[in-house]
Amino acid sequence: MTTSEKYVTAAYCVVFAVVLVYVLIMALKLQRLEREVDELAGRVPEDEAEEAPRETAQVG
Amino acid sequence: MSPAAATIPAVGRTRISLPALAAGSLVLVTTALVFVFFVAPDDANQGFSQRIFYFHVSIAITAYACFAGAAWNALRHLWKRDPRADLQSYVCVHQGLIFGTLVLLTGSIWAKISWGHWWLWSEDQLVLFLVLFLFYCAYFMLRFSVDPGPQRANLSAVYALFGVVLIPVSFAAIRLAKNLIHPVVFTLHGPNFGGWILATYCLAQSAMLVLAYTLYRVELSGKRLDLRLRRLREVLA
Repeated sequence: MTTSEKYVTAAYCVVFAVVLVYVLIMALKLQRLEREVDELAGRVPEDEAEEAPRETAQVG
Repeated sequence: MSPAAATIPAVGRTRISLPALAAGSLVLVTTALVFVFFVAPDDANQGFSQRIFYFHVSIAITAYACFAGAAWNALRHLWKRDPRADLQSYVCVHQGLIFGTLVLLTGSIWAKISWGHWWLWSEDQLVLFLVLFLFYCAYFMLRFSVDPGPQRANLSAVYALFGVVLIPVSFAAIRLAKNLIHPVVFTLHGPNFGGWILATYCLAQSAMLVLAYTLYRVELSGKRLDLRLRRLREVLA
């Protein structure tokens, strides 16, 4: 492999590595968002359970 | 709908789905790489090292396109007060900086092969691109030094609009420079190449633009989701 071939390969590897790192960061962010959605979804039934008696009282 | 929910920018309707865009990017980038290494001929002057050109120039033009997109969205924000435009402008600048980083890295490697130096401060084209890059780096410093709200959106939009002025300056610098070390690939009479070199370049350019648009859409979806979740938390708190 000649020197210029090594440099060209390095240049394309740099492009690939930067895009890969970016995609990995995005994937980690999406994982965090997914956890937050799960956490919020877990809170919904509790809130509904707390509010249910109040609603019944208002109707009565 | 609650007032808080009404302020959450809804995800816009898009024609092409994200998986289709991602698949398209993968196919285009792979095909471009095959063309770069197996189809395009060696350059008469620079030999094998000229193959960096296909991605280096494509990435540079994609970075300019991202900055132009940021300015367009900034204008939409200031003019029509589109609630989605501020975030779109921000994501465009972010994408532009990622591609700008790639331009600087691949350009330095090419400079090392061709000129024997990683960087030449005497080259206007290189220095002006660095100025453009640093200008947009400062965009983030400005944006995150102001609390979220209309003031931050307005300041960011004005800054992004100013930045777009540097694009033609950077693009023209190479043509105005007295010391023409940096190769000129596009002139007023068209590209300085043809045949397989032109075909490979066009393919690489398409690949980079589609890749940038795909990454833009992924990041924008993530940012919108993050924003909606934060506001939902506020509503639930």
